[in-house]
Amino acid sequence: MSAPAVHSLWTTTAADSIGSIPSPHIEYGQLSPVLIVAGVAMLGVLFEAFLPRKARYHSQVILAVLGLAAAFAVVVALAADGYGSASKAHIAAEGAVAVDGPALFLQGVILLTAIVAVFTFAERRLDPAAGSHRVDSFAAEAAAVPGSDAEKDATRAGFTTTEVFPLLMFAVAGMLVFPAANDLLTLFVALEVFSLPLYLLCAVARRKRLMSQEAAVKYFLLGAFSSAFLLFGIALLYGYAGTVTYAGIADVVDGTVRNVDPALAGTMGNDALLLIGGGMLLTGLLFKVGAVPFHMWTPDVYQGAPTPVTGFMAAATKVAAFGALLRLLYVVLPGMTWDWRPVMWGVAIITMVGGAIVAITQTDIKRLLAYSSIAHAGFLLAGVIAASPDGISSVLFYLVVYSFVTLGAFAVVTLVRDAGGEATHLSKWAGLGRRSPLVAAVFAIFLLAFAGIPLTSGFSGKFAVFKAAAAGGAVPLVVIGVIASAIAAFFYIRVIVLMFFSEPRADGPTVAVPSPLTMVTIGVGVAVVLVFGIAPQYFLDLASQAGTFAR
Amino acid sequence: MDNLIALLIAAPLLGAAVLLCGGRALDRVGHWLGTVLAAASFVIGAVLFVDMLGKGADARTMHQHLFTWVPVAGFKADMGFQLDQLSMTFVLLISGVGTLIHLYSVGYMAHDERRRRFFGYLNLFLAAMLLLVLADNYLLLYMGWEGVGLASYLLIGFWQHKPSAATAAKKAFLVNRVGDMGLSIAIMLMFTTFGTFAFGGVFGAADGASEGKLTAISLMLLLAACGKSAQVPLQSWLGDAMEGPTPVSALIHAATMVTAGVYLITRSSAVFNGAPNAQLVVVVVGAVTLIFGAIVGCAKDDIKKSLAGSTMSQIGYMILAAGLGPIGYVFAIMHLVTHGFFKAGLFLGAGSVMHGMNDEVDMRKYGGLRRYMPVTFVTFGLGYLAIIGFPGLSGFFSKDKIIEAAFAKGGTEGWILGAVTLLGAAITAYYMTRMMLMTFFGEERWRHAETRSPDAPSAEPAAAGRGAHDEPHPHESPWIMTIPMIVLAVGSVGAGAFFGIGNRFLNWLEPVTGHSEGHSPVSAGVVTTATIVLLLVGVGIAYLQYGRRPVPAVAPRGSLLTRAARRDLLQDDFNHVVLVRGGEHLTRSLVYVDHSLVDGVVNGTAASFGGLSGRLRKVQNGYARSYALSMFGGTAVVVAATLLMRAV
Repeated sequence: MSAPAVHSLWTTTAADSIGSIPSPHIEYGQLSPVLIVAGVAMLGVLFEAFLPRKARYHSQVILAVLGLAAAFAVVVALAADGYGSASKAHIAAEGAVAVDGPALFLQGVILLTAIVAVFTFAERRLDPAAGSHRVDSFAAEAAAVPGSDAEKDATRAGFTTTEVFPLLMFAVAGMLVFPAANDLLTLFVALEVFSLPLYLLCAVARRKRLMSQEAAVKYFLLGAFSSAFLLFGIALLYGYAGTVTYAGIADVVDGTVRNVDPALAGTMGNDALLLIGGGMLLTGLLFKVGAVPFHMWTPDVYQGAPTPVTGFMAAATKVAAFGALLRLLYVVLPGMTWDWRPVMWGVAIITMVGGAIVAITQTDIKRLLAYSSIAHAGFLLAGVIAASPDGISSVLFYLVVYSFVTLGAFAVVTLVRDAGGEATHLSKWAGLGRRSPLVAAVFAIFLLAFAGIPLTSGFSGKFAVFKAAAAGGAVPLVVIGVIASAIAAFFYIRVIVLMFFSEPRADGPTVAVPSPLTMVTIGVGVAVVLVFGIAPQYFLDLASQAGTFAR
Repeated sequence: MDNLIALLIAAPLLGAAVLLCGGRALDRVGHWLGTVLAAASFVIGAVLFVDMLGKGADARTMHQHLFTWVPVAGFKADMGFQLDQLSMTFVLLISGVGTLIHLYSVGYMAHDERRRRFFGYLNLFLAAMLLLVLADNYLLLYMGWEGVGLASYLLIGFWQHKPSAATAAKKAFLVNRVGDMGLSIAIMLMFTTFGTFAFGGVFGAADGASEGKLTAISLMLLLAACGKSAQVPLQSWLGDAMEGPTPVSALIHAATMVTAGVYLITRSSAVFNGAPNAQLVVVVVGAVTLIFGAIVGCAKDDIKKSLAGSTMSQIGYMILAAGLGPIGYVFAIMHLVTHGFFKAGLFLGAGSVMHGMNDEVDMRKYGGLRRYMPVTFVTFGLGYLAIIGFPGLSGFFSKDKIIEAAFAKGGTEGWILGAVTLLGAAITAYYMTRMMLMTFFGEERWRHAETRSPDAPSAEPAAAGRGAHDEPHPHESPWIMTIPMIVLAVGSVGAGAFFGIGNRFLNWLEPVTGHSEGHSPVSAGVVTTATIVLLLVGVGIAYLQYGRRPVPAVAPRGSLLTRAARRDLLQDDFNHVVLVRGGEHLTRSLVYVDHSLVDGVVNGTAASFGGLSGRLRKVQNGYARSYALSMFGGTAVVVAATLLMRAV
């Protein structure tokens, strides 16, 4: 590029721009789900600052539930208004955020899972009360050093960390934007907005605080690392396309843009940049979905984080991340399907098989569920790879069934307790079916759903993604997926056998009787297992109606 | 009118549902409810019958379509009924005899505390049996077929506290499974061959199908018939089934259910007619069973088991006739109906005798009972005359026709079959005369004989409820039991003549089953004469053995054949050696293979995955730096692979 060219570029651009920056056109109505949730989150911070300690818990819970419900109502209203259909779907906020079927569908799912998660966050009957104060799963004073006098004082005073509710709301706000983001910068901002609160949430467990903090630090470090990849990938793609909007990049990939930006003449259209940048971008997203080999944070973080947070992360993060992944692959990179598909094949295979195999030897129920979530990420990737509308809708469907069942399963984990808090070691679950048949039966239902036994939601979900994958030409992937399912079935069934066919331990855990909040969470999970397992058609139809991305 | 068909089934089904679900509140009225609903079914049947008589011979078939039962693409099964002359015959027989036996059971089971349940089962049986004969497709027929099997199982094992009854029920169920498997395979074959299993579709297309396929279907149907109708080689359950209460033996194991096989073959005549080889097998099965059952009937001292052998033998006649094709179908059904009358009557008579004799079943402990049970004696005697084919009575007309048809088969086969059927008639006369003499004539052996000891319970444990005395006091049964016996005796006497004279039954059934006259090498007169002569020979020998000489109270050792016949011609020994032992060896070797080979492979796979899991797990070492390295490596591979793909 020659020097005069640079000069003229600078001068002309500057001269034109200064006087005529157009005021951006923001469709507040269509973005209101995000705005409501973000607003509620800020209101929650104010509550923390100004409300007396006693009033915080109830006001935070009510505020969070109302905010999420209101946002969900708006999502439903938007969908009913036709924004989900191809005719009315469009890109709002000056090309930054898409309002289309997949976005609305996933936002709805995220909001519902968030409501259910708030219930588990708000559960105060499980931990023994500190004095007259009922406490939840979160630290009395997160800032106090574990084991210190300050911590003991806080515990004795019955403090609770009600900040978790605003943090949760911030995370939800980010997650709502993440699958709807239509340019790479918005994507990155959304990623950070939902990741940072999650790092914090991981650190605030009431019991086993060191483990919790270790998990948070690991999650933060690795998350930062993956963000770096993501950001670097964004930079490379900007270099390739001269723009960060999905549609713009897609146009360059397709070759429909001929007028090369002179400032980027040296790099624009350079496929090496596209491939490297695309690969790094994928890496960043695969980290969030927990695909092998970017999964290693998952077991540690799932185990260390407070169990309600784990449930929420496992459910909602996965929904948001898969939404973003789908949009990236189907909107930005459809022109290079043949480049990313083989790589994704490999990732899907090692994720399915790796997750399932390593889960076999796990001895901690939370780690087991973590590896299970990794295997499920692999099954979801199989649907993503289908590269067809059926693939999109099957992934959407799978996300729904998986997220609610996961929340339910982790909610059951919170119930099984001994003196040290939750009894997560599998050996303690032996004979649970004799001691507490109902809880064990419910957990068995969840495990069967994870295993994909027919007449459970897991079967319909797996069937949908494998069918889409097979129709998309990925038959070997489906075969491997089924084998991985068989391996996975082994460790799910093993837990059932452990619960029902072995003698209870004398020092075994007790099952706490939860408040209606957790019962709702578990009940929703069971209902999803049965309804989506026995009569999935309505929801499959809904998912397939929502299966078109706007560009 | 067509819409009444479903009511035939609905009435007893309602009874079964109410009685079985109703609980103890119905204990006092349950038996009457069951009887009334059975009678209701008979009345509806009679109304439909009168209506049917008013129509032309070719316009008598009625259909009722309730709903489509299993609609899956090409696989379409309807809940639909077909009532034609053949079904009508069965409907009247089942509901008529069924009602009489319900009535009889009111008295017979009076002291059983589970009487309500008994009537519930009986109603269930009626519903299933009516479904079997009214179905307009094989799948629905199969449902009825299984239904009667279930009812039979429940009723044989009705006194489930007795191990012998429980075992007998299980045996009947297991042996019937073999036959049921045949029926299900036949239905599958029909579906693959014709694309349907509706009667209309199958029979319409049977002409065009290859003989091989028709033979396969026919043989599978025959297997089904063998199971349900206790024909060789699946005959072993019927004798043990006598563990059930006697009304059950009369209704299910004599008059109706065991004849379902004959119905199946006759109904499937279009299929069998196209498979002459299969028909030959049918005939052979019938002939073998005819003799087999008759020999067993000669040797048994247990009155019910002797009658069971007789049932087997008589059904052999029917199966043989059905195997003869259009020459024999009508006579098979005609014998079926007359047999329904006289055999049910004989069983009820046996039940009445047992009722008066503290539930003793050993005929050697009877004798001279005619003076104490006059009504039972007369009705039993008429049934006896009917079954041996005494001229003018039911059995004479129906059995004679079958013997004629057997000769009419023609060729060597005809001669052999004719001889077998004649021989069967002689043996029938022998064992029935033996039974008659041992029970009603001769000295009163029960006066001197030891009665049942407490540790050798008789077949009818209800005796305990009825007040068992050490000394039997033979007495006539109450009217509620004798009335059904009288009605059946009237049928035993008159039905044959009513059907036979003027070919009334032939004309009635011919539109459904078809009929052709064979070319008999011997004239009807000769056959009749030979039958009567052989009958007299049989009666005479029996008289010489059991009428002239006193009957020993303890059975003599007997010849080899007698001893074998007492053990049901070693059927159970055969089954044990061939099937049970063989099965055990098979399972043992399978278990071995399962343990060593299958488990080896499975456990090996599991162990290798477990080992792999253990090694992979070590990668998860808890250090964030290792995780970061893994991510970096993963990213490098992803990027490299993406670039490589483009390069390729």
